[in-house]
Order: sequence, then C-alpha cells, then structure tokens
Amino acid sequence: MSTAIHDTWSMTVRELLKLWRQPWWIAVTLVQPVIWLLLFGALFEGITALPGFGGDDYTQYLTPGIVMMTAFFSAGWSGMPMIEDLQKGVMDRLLVTPVRRGPLIGGRLLQGALVIVIQSLIIVGLALAVGASFPGGVPGVLVLIVIAAMLGTGWAALSNGLALVTRQEETLIGVLTFLMLPLSFLSTTFLPEQLMPDWIASIAKFNPLNWAVVAGREALAADPDWGEVALQGALVLAFMAAAFLVATRAFRAYQRSV
Amino acid sequence: MIEPAIRAEGLVKTYPGEVHALDGLSFAVAPGTVFGLLGPNGAGKSTTVKVLTTLARADAGQASVAGRDVQGDPRGVREAIGVVSQTSGVDVFLTGRENLRLQGQLYGMRGRGLERRVDELLGQLRLTDAADRVVQTYSGGMQRRLDVGLGLVHRPQVLFLDEPTTGLDPEVRAEMWHEIARLREQEGLTILLTTHYLEEADRLASALAIVDRGRIVAGGSPEALKAELDGDAVRVELRDGGHNGDVHAALERVEGVGEVVVEGQAVHARVGDGARAVPAVLQALDQHAIGVASVTVARPSLDDVYLRYTGRSFSEADA
Repeated sequence: MSTAIHDTWSMTVRELLKLWRQPWWIAVTLVQPVIWLLLFGALFEGITALPGFGGDDYTQYLTPGIVMMTAFFSAGWSGMPMIEDLQKGVMDRLLVTPVRRGPLIGGRLLQGALVIVIQSLIIVGLALAVGASFPGGVPGVLVLIVIAAMLGTGWAALSNGLALVTRQEETLIGVLTFLMLPLSFLSTTFLPEQLMPDWIASIAKFNPLNWAVVAGREALAADPDWGEVALQGALVLAFMAAAFLVATRAFRAYQRSV
Repeated sequence: MIEPAIRAEGLVKTYPGEVHALDGLSFAVAPGTVFGLLGPNGAGKSTTVKVLTTLARADAGQASVAGRDVQGDPRGVREAIGVVSQTSGVDVFLTGRENLRLQGQLYGMRGRGLERRVDELLGQLRLTDAADRVVQTYSGGMQRRLDVGLGLVHRPQVLFLDEPTTGLDPEVRAEMWHEIARLREQEGLTILLTTHYLEEADRLASALAIVDRGRIVAGGSPEALKAELDGDAVRVELRDGGHNGDVHAALERVEGVGEVVVEGQAVHARVGDGARAVPAVLQALDQHAIGVASVTVARPSLDDVYLRYTGRSFSEADA
C-alpha cells in the first residue's frame, strides 16, 4: 500500500513540475475563472431584477457555478498531456518500470484536483473581495471545494480515458469543445431553474455539472438543506466512480494493444 | 551450464489485421555479454523487446529475463531490467536531474542513496553541467545520453537498447557507440541490442542473431557468421554495362572463382583468395575485351551473411 502511495505521489510531483514549467498555462488557468466571474457577473447582473430570481446579489449566485465550470474546464483538458505521453513513448517507459499501474492515471488526477482546489479558493476569495457574501461560511466553502474536486476528477478521468482510446489531440479537442459550453449552459450556473425553459431544466437534471452546482450553491446558503447537498453530492460521487471505471478499462485496453 | 540472462522459446505474437509479428522466435543470451538482434524494419525486433520487457504479452511461447518468467512474474522482470527505447520518453519540461530522480523513485529508490546515484550517473554521462537545465534545451546527443541514464538508474542486470541510434546524426551515433562500448565493460551487465545497422551489430555485439519475418534465421558471433561464407568477395566496376553474358563466359574458367553476380556495371564474384584471384580475373576480362574501371577485394560482411540466409540483400529488405 505504501508503495502505491509513493508511486502516486511521484507521478503527481511529475505532473506538478511539468505544470510549473509552463507559466503561461498557469496564467491562463488562473486568469480565466477571474474573467468569467467578473465578466458574467457584470453582464447578467440585471437578472436579479427578474421576477422569480429570489435574491439580489448575482455574484453570490454565480460563484458556485463559476467554481464548478472552472473545475469542469480545467479537468477536461487533462487528457492532453496523456496523449503527449503516449506519442512520445513516456507511457511505455513508465510501463516497463515496477511502478503500480493505478498511479499512472491517479497521479494525473491528483494533480488536477490540487489545481482545482487552488482555483476554487481564488474564485471564492475574489467573489468576497467584490462584495459577495456566503452565509454558509467556511463549512459551506469546504463542501463546495470538495464537490468541485470530485466533479473535476471524474471529468479528468473521462478525458484521460478518451485520450487512451483515441490517442489523437484533434479528436479530444473536438469532443471537448463540443461538450463543454453546452453542458455549462444546460445547468443552473447562470440562471435558476425557475427561469429556464422546461426542456432545459429537464436536461439539467441529468447533467453532472448541474448536480455539482446545485450541491455547492446549497452548501453556501444561509440555512442549507443538507439532505439536498448529500443527494446531489452522492450523484457527483457516482459520476466520479463511473468515470474511474471507464478510465481503468481504457487503460487496460491500451496495455493490451501495445 | 550457466543460466542464460535472457531466454526466449517459441515466441508467437500476432497483432490484429497483421501477419505474425513473431513466428516461433527463440534465442538465449549469456550473462554479461552484448547480444545483437539484427534485422530490417518490421522483422520483429521491437516486438521481441516489447514481450521481453513485459510491455506486450506473447500469444504463445515462453520467455525469462534474469531468471524470472516474463508472463508469471512481470514485476520481478521490471525490477531487473532497464529499457532504452527507440523513442526517447524523457520529460522535456523537467531537468535532467529531475528526470533521473523520478525514474529512481519508481524503482523504490529514496533519499541520499538516490541522490548519490543520480550524481554518479550525471557524471558518467557527461551531463553534470546541464543537470539542472530543462531537457528542452538539450542537444540530441545529450537527450539520448539521458535516455541511457534513465535505463540505468536502478543498476539493472539486463539492459535493453531498442534501436538506440536509429535516426541520429552521424556524430551522435558515434557518441552512442562510445557509450554502449563503455557499458559493455561494466561488470555483470547483459545488454540486448536491436539494430538494423549491420555495422553497429558488427561493432558492438559479441553474439548476434539475424531476425527475418518473426524468426531467427542465423545466430553466432559476427566472426563465426562471416566465416561460414567461404573466401573473399571481389567487386569489379566495369567501364560500361551490357556485358552480362561476356562476363560470365570470361570468368567461368578462372580458377578459384565461385558464384558470379552481375548488376549493370558491377560484378560481384566469390573467390577463395582475393589477392590471388584478382590478376587472373583482370586478365580474363581483358581477353574478352571488357573494360575495367576499378576493382576491390573485401572480406565477407554481415550483408553477405544476411543475403545468404534470407535470400534478399539487406537494403532491399529494409525498403
């Protein structure tokens, strides 16, 4: 067991070092959510005036959505370095060492989760700085971040699974750009359910991103309905577990094809 | 009888939609030697390495490396081997030192022992000055030396070098040869080298096997393989072509001349003793009024060995 932990940590350090050496990428991952929060916050501020919105601070409403959307986007690209490793022979080099097989994907996911935690803290901090308040307090923020990490890890596992199957950057980019924006808008990230067309509200019920947004927003409320948080959180956890299964199977299929 | 460091018996591997990549391949490598697997692209060399290094599973047959069964104890095999593959596989965003350190950690090495080993390797591979630069800034030769370092960090018993010089500049290739020759002196290390360069196999390997279409067609030391071919090769360059019939007529009665092959202006003749045959060959050609531009005598090369066992010349098979 301790070997598996060491192996996972070694692989995580490797991914973190690689990220650290690409400062422009770090800048993008940090600046993008900031822009989203400020831009969308300003753009849609008038929504609070709509009857049925129920609240008067749009940034407060938007923040959990932006946290989840950011986790979702940054995790989506996690398959790209995997493709690079496959193409450059790095994966084969790792597979002929005694390293446990799980950490070869697990390390990437853990690195992704750490990045998501940092991004989420920045977004929450910025929201507070521009005057939003979160009645749920520290426990609420912790729940929000844990759920963001679960959503991101699951989505990253799917991205890695897709990378292992297609082994082509173009295909991965195509699939992700096709999915990511629609999934963001088919959720309560920007608008509450009451203000959505019925068909969108129905689709949102099956969208993992929406499960995470609903759970996170509820946890930040003044008097959270913890039953609802637990239910939506459990759905996100189930999504993550299913994604792990997909990634594991894709990895096995890759190993058989060598 | 010493237990071989590598033993392959009847390996078969078929990829979907393809003919047999391996078709009953068998060989054994004595410990502490450099063994060359020689063959053209697609002969099955890389597939053999993949099976022996536990990357791929054979459909049939048995193999052991360092006394451990490849299928039954893959983890044991992985601990005992180092692999330097055709594609580099280093992390270009990491420094040389970080690459070596992470690789060592994957073998369970930790702390000061690991740091000492990394320093030692950096020194041996002449990378000490570049140790803390990211690999992106390395030259091709430096990167290739680091590849070798990654394969050696845990002091393996068996090192696999899969086409270590394919696609390299001549200078970098010479540098790699120097590096491999140095490893050869290292005590107890067994090296399996695959290559499609005849010269490389001739120069570095003490024993070799010729692979063709997934099977071993000949094996032995380079000298023994060449010695199986009688005599020397005489190569005559004619002033003009179109003498095919005349050349055969001229040379068939010259004493000591065996098989003769004419390709345009080039004549290849197998002779018992090159130095003695040349004057007679030239005289016979002169009598038939065939103009000669140049003549060379050569000891048989591995190219001739390859031609003999596969019925194809090496460059033709590689095309």
